Parts: sequence; C-alpha cells; structure tokens
Amino acid sequence: MSSEKETVEKKTEDSKPSSAQAPEKPIPTKKPTPTKTSPKEEVELPAFEKGIADKIIENFGEKTTLTFVKPDRVGIKVTREAIHEVAEFARDVLNYDHVDSVAGVDYPADKEIEVVYHLSSYTDPTLDRQILELATRAQREDDPIPGNDATKLPSLRDIFYSVEFHEREVFEMLGVYFEGHPDNRRLLLPEDWADLPPLRKDFRNKGR
Amino acid sequence: MLKDLITPQNANVFVGKLGDILEKAIDKPLGYAINWGRIWSLWPVHIETACCSVEFGAASSPRYDVERFGIIEAFGSLRQCDLVVVQGTITRKMAPRLRLVYDQMPEPKYVIAMGACAITGGLYFDSYNVLPGIDGILPVDVYVPGCPPRPETLIQGCMLLQEKIKRMKARKFV
Amino acid sequence: MSTPTLPPGLAIQKADERIMTLNVGPQHPGSGHMRIVVQIDGDYIVACDPDPGYVHRGEEKMAEYRNYVLNIPHLERPVIHDSCNILYPYVLGVEELLGLEITERAKYVRVIAAELNRCVYTMYWLAIYGIFLGHSTMFMWPAGDRELLIDLLEKMTGARVTHSYFIPGGIRNDLPANFEDVCLRQVNYFEKRIKEYADVFYDNPILISRTEKTGVLSREDAIRLGTTGSVLRASGVDYDVRKKEPYDVYDELDFQTNVMKSGDSYARSRIPWLDMMESCRIIRDALQKMPKSGSVRVKLKPNPKGGIDSVYKRIESGRGALGCYIVSDKKPEPYRVKLSVPSFRNLIALPHLLIGEKLGNMPSIYWSLNYWPVEADR
Repeated sequence: MSSEKETVEKKTEDSKPSSAQAPEKPIPTKKPTPTKTSPKEEVELPAFEKGIADKIIENFGEKTTLTFVKPDRVGIKVTREAIHEVAEFARDVLNYDHVDSVAGVDYPADKEIEVVYHLSSYTDPTLDRQILELATRAQREDDPIPGNDATKLPSLRDIFYSVEFHEREVFEMLGVYFEGHPDNRRLLLPEDWADLPPLRKDFRNKGR
Repeated sequence: MLKDLITPQNANVFVGKLGDILEKAIDKPLGYAINWGRIWSLWPVHIETACCSVEFGAASSPRYDVERFGIIEAFGSLRQCDLVVVQGTITRKMAPRLRLVYDQMPEPKYVIAMGACAITGGLYFDSYNVLPGIDGILPVDVYVPGCPPRPETLIQGCMLLQEKIKRMKARKFV
Repeated sequence: MSTPTLPPGLAIQKADERIMTLNVGPQHPGSGHMRIVVQIDGDYIVACDPDPGYVHRGEEKMAEYRNYVLNIPHLERPVIHDSCNILYPYVLGVEELLGLEITERAKYVRVIAAELNRCVYTMYWLAIYGIFLGHSTMFMWPAGDRELLIDLLEKMTGARVTHSYFIPGGIRNDLPANFEDVCLRQVNYFEKRIKEYADVFYDNPILISRTEKTGVLSREDAIRLGTTGSVLRASGVDYDVRKKEPYDVYDELDFQTNVMKSGDSYARSRIPWLDMMESCRIIRDALQKMPKSGSVRVKLKPNPKGGIDSVYKRIESGRGALGCYIVSDKKPEPYRVKLSVPSFRNLIALPHLLIGEKLGNMPSIYWSLNYWPVEADR
C-alpha cells in the first residue's frame, strides 16, 4: 500500500449504497479490501447482469461472493479452490469464450494477492457488452521466492487458452505461480532480474 | 643514406614510424576527402529501441526525406553500417544487445542519442527497468532532444553530426 | 521402398540433427523491437518462441506514483502514433470513477480525434508492412499521406504525435477556428488517396501471392486464442467494440465493420485499410452532427473518499480492443492501473501461425498481426 503524504483518509463513508445491493459487505475502513459497491447512482440493478450473477451464486454457493453488479459489468469473488470450476462453468454454461485481461493486484494489508480475470464473449450476441470479472486471491508471502512459495493459484490455461501470456506476465510481475501452466517462464523482465516482483507494493521505484 | 639507417634490427621500428609519418602526411591533403566520403554515406543500423522509431520512420517519408542529406534509410546488415541512432528508451533488457550491436560494427562509427529517454531517461526517470541515458554504455556524438523529436530536429541532429565528422581527424580511425 | 543409394560423402540427416535455432531480432529488419526465436527444419518453421520485453518500461508501476492527471502523458507513450486511442479507456474509466458526464461537443471531438489517430496509426503500420514485404512504394505513399492527418491533429492538439488531448472531463482545448472545413477537405482527399492503394498494393499479384493462404487463422482458433481487432475480423468474427459496446457517441454515427472470412495474411492486411475508409465516413458524419459551439470541458469533481472502487473500460483502437482496469483506493494516485493491450493479446497467435510456415513468410505474418511491440511490453 502506498504511503503517500497528503492523503487524508476520512472515515466518513458514503452511507447511501444502493439499497438493492445484494450482499453488502462491511464498510471498508482504511485498508483496501475487495468489497465493492456501486454507490454513485441509486438505480435498480440491471436485470440481465443480475441474472448472470445469480446463476453463478446459485451453482457455487458460499465459494463465490458477489462484489458488484453494474451496467454491463459483473464482479464475482471466487475462492482459490473453486476458480477452476467457476471458469469452466462460465465457459460451458454462460458462453464466455475468452479472457480479455488478467490483472494482478497486491493487497499487502490483507496478505493476499488478487488476480482478476476479465471474461468476455465473441460468440454469444447477448453477451456482447458484458464483462465478467472473476477475482481470486492467493496467499502472499513477505519474502517471496517466485515459484517456490505459497503464492500459488490454479491455472486457467486449459479452460481459456488465451490466458497463456497473461498468466506468465502475472507470474513475473507479482510472483503468483500458476499450477498447471505448462510454460511458467519469464516474459517481459530482463533475464537477470533478481529483485522483488515489481508490481508488489513493497517494491519501490528508485527515488520514490 | 637511407640504406644505412635501415638495418635488419630496426626495420620493424622504422616501418612503424613510417606509418605514422604517412598518416600525418595523408591527413592534411586527403583527410578532407576521406571525411567527405564518410559524411555523405551514413548508414544507420536498423535497431529500434522504443517509440521514437515512429518519428525516425517519418523522417524517411517523402515530406522530410532525410536521404537528401546523405543519411540513408535503415536497411541491411550492421556490418556495413556506421551510425547508431538510439531511438528512445533503453531498457535493461535491451542495453546489452545495443552494446553488442555497437561492438560488432566496423570503425568508424557514430552514435546519435534520439529523444529524451536516450539522453537522461526522460519521462521514465523513475522506472525500474530503464537506463538513465545511454552515456553509460555508448559514446554519444550528438544528442537530439524531444519526446519524441520532430523529424526536423532529427535531421538537424544528423547535420550536426556531419559537421562534426568534417572537423574530425580522419586518421583517428585509419 | 528401399532407401536410395547416395553418392559417397552424402548422407540423409536425422530430423533432430537438421533442426537449427535462429534468433530473429532485436536487430533485424523483420522483427522490430522484439526477438523471435524460431527453430527451422530446412525452410520450414517447426517451433517458435516470441521473446518480447525489450521495451518494458514499467508503465503500470509508474502509474501508482503519479496522480490521475499526471498519468496521462506517460500512459500514451506506448503507442505514440495512436495516442488518443490508448488514453481513451483510461480517461473513460477515470470519468466513471468520478461520475462525470462530459458535454456533447467534447464527445464528438473525441471521436474525430480518435478516428484521425486510428488512420495515422494504420498508415504507419501499412508503411512498415510495405518495407517488410520489400515494397518501397508502399512505404513512401502511406508515410507521405499520413502527414496530412498529422497536420490536422497538430492543428487540434498542438503536437505531432503525442497529443495528450483527452483528459478526464472532456478534451484539453477546443477546436481551432475554421477546423471543420479544413478537416473535411483533408479527409476527402485522404480517402481518395487511400483508394489508390488498391492498384499498387492490394490488387498487386506479387503481394497476393506472398500473403494469400499464409498464416491462416481459423475462426475457432481466433476465438479460442482471444485475438482481437483486425486479426479477429479477418477470421470472420464480427466483433468491434465501437459497435458492440458503443462509447461516447459511436452509437449515433453511421459506419459498418469490415469482416473477411479467409483469415490469412492478406485478409489481416486488408481489414485495417477498409477500416480507414470507415473512419473517413465516421469523421464526415461526426463533423456534420457535432454541435457547432459549446463547452468542451467539465470541471473535475473532488475525489470521493473511502472504500475501494474499480472500473474496466474498453475501446476499439487501431489494433483492437483496448481495455483499462483501474483500481482506486480514493487517493490522488491510482492503486493499480492495468492496460490490457491488443498487441499483447494478439501475440499469442504468433507461434500458432508461424509453425509449419516457411521462414520467408515470417515478416508478412508477423506484421499482419497488427503488432506494435512497444505497446505489448508497456
């Protein structure tokens, strides 16, 4: 977490989250947590997106948590164990056929690293506008040995072939090892990189 | 008299001295001609290092047409090139390759650092993977500032390099 | 059949002894800023391992140290000749985080700038494609004609390539006086010019023989590999973010997407050219429908405090769908910015297409993927 100077964190949260928000998480305090509200406008939840979210929640129960439903965007948090089957469900039942982006986000306060898959579909015309965000979290170690520590997640490459290079990027940038990925090698960083994975929050750029 | 001076013992020394004398003798009348030849046939290596290569490409386009100043478009092998235009950011992964390319080129060779990134790191001064300028790895002849430099600036840089070559001692590299 | 008797001194080599590893790049006229390690058996490529990262500058890490507005100049550097489009999703995302609604005129100006920039990008890409195929005329023509549109963008924004024109809340400055007429004239001339490329390039039998039926990407593979943009549309998938998820005013403008079925290098090189004509249509339409006066900039609201928020926005750039994922913890600096760039997404198709092809076809296949290495490395 960045320790910037002039940021004054006010504890006053926006106390008017949309009433229809499904599982309202406790209001986040100072530490960033994955909870997510759509507080801006008090609109009804879009029905189609709600339907997609409900399908996943019904099938997987407590393994999944709804984080937000916005127009064209659905965010689901999935446990580490269930990410593989949820992704398979999204591909086979919900017709999402490729991954737009895989983003890793470091949360040192929670001792976790979140990996967010943005799923989208080319084949199903009803899903043209839709992006499904599957977020899962891996355990974070303060002293990382990329590939040989507990920061591991199951790879989705056998379900979505398109994640191949994205997962390699997350591996080198955050040190998340993807189990089952056939080619977990370095991609963008120089061959002699021996520092922390650079997108972790405890890695500081020079002079910053 | 010459026959007395050159003995089998000092022949090598004498030939070495003769080389020096010859170089000095050639430099005055022929150095200008040698440099003139170098000025109008500068061949850049085709190595693109970052986004300034877009403006490098634009400099060869019909509107700017850098070829009329004797800088030829980047084609061909580095063994026949004598100019490296470092087109922008040098990352830590690219730096050894750039040095390798420079080392493989025959003498004489010149370096133009194009863009703020190649000069000081530019916008990427605090990035973890970018060198703060290429001075640490290559001897730079001309710096062309800008982010990215306009093609006119690049052409001016090339002309400055030609001016510099004109004043160089030709024998430095003979 | 029995093995043929060979003259003395000759022997048939075993397959694994014949295979040779070849490094293409980074210093190579056919590779750009990346290295492609290929293994060849005679003239045929049997394995391919792209090695990008030569221009990895850590943009995403740098974005965590600068505030939302200061991030604009360095986030457009990955594709300086398409700088409006690469900023577009970031700016849209910041606007959604702040809950801003920009003015109608600003939306139209943005669309005009983005379409002009798409043409500028595609013309550069086409020029380099000409070089890769040894077609010097095809370098000179597009490289010269793109200066027309660069002039227009320079009038709009003040810079040749790095515009920094889109900001959260609209655009940086209004159009100059009399811009509409100049723009219309230049775009009409530009369209007339690019139609002539058919004669010299796209109907050229040499080009057709070099690109047709090489590097064929089937429809199923294009979807499975998650390719995007012209690569996807050349394989018969009609997916354009401008149509499917219209942002700003694209839903009010009149244009169509171009789709080809063959999925080979020729189709991939033709689609961007056809898209440029659609861009001209969009610009003309937008100039007509644009409100003639009005504000182009909305004042930024203060950052809402507390909690963590995220947004994923995508647009169609010159290369394909470009997404931006912003995580904000309501501080002046973003918590995480992730650019999901089309070049990086299309890179996965490169080993898939090259294996089984002749080495001589490598430049035409590689550059037909609409790949810009600086963007892929970020």
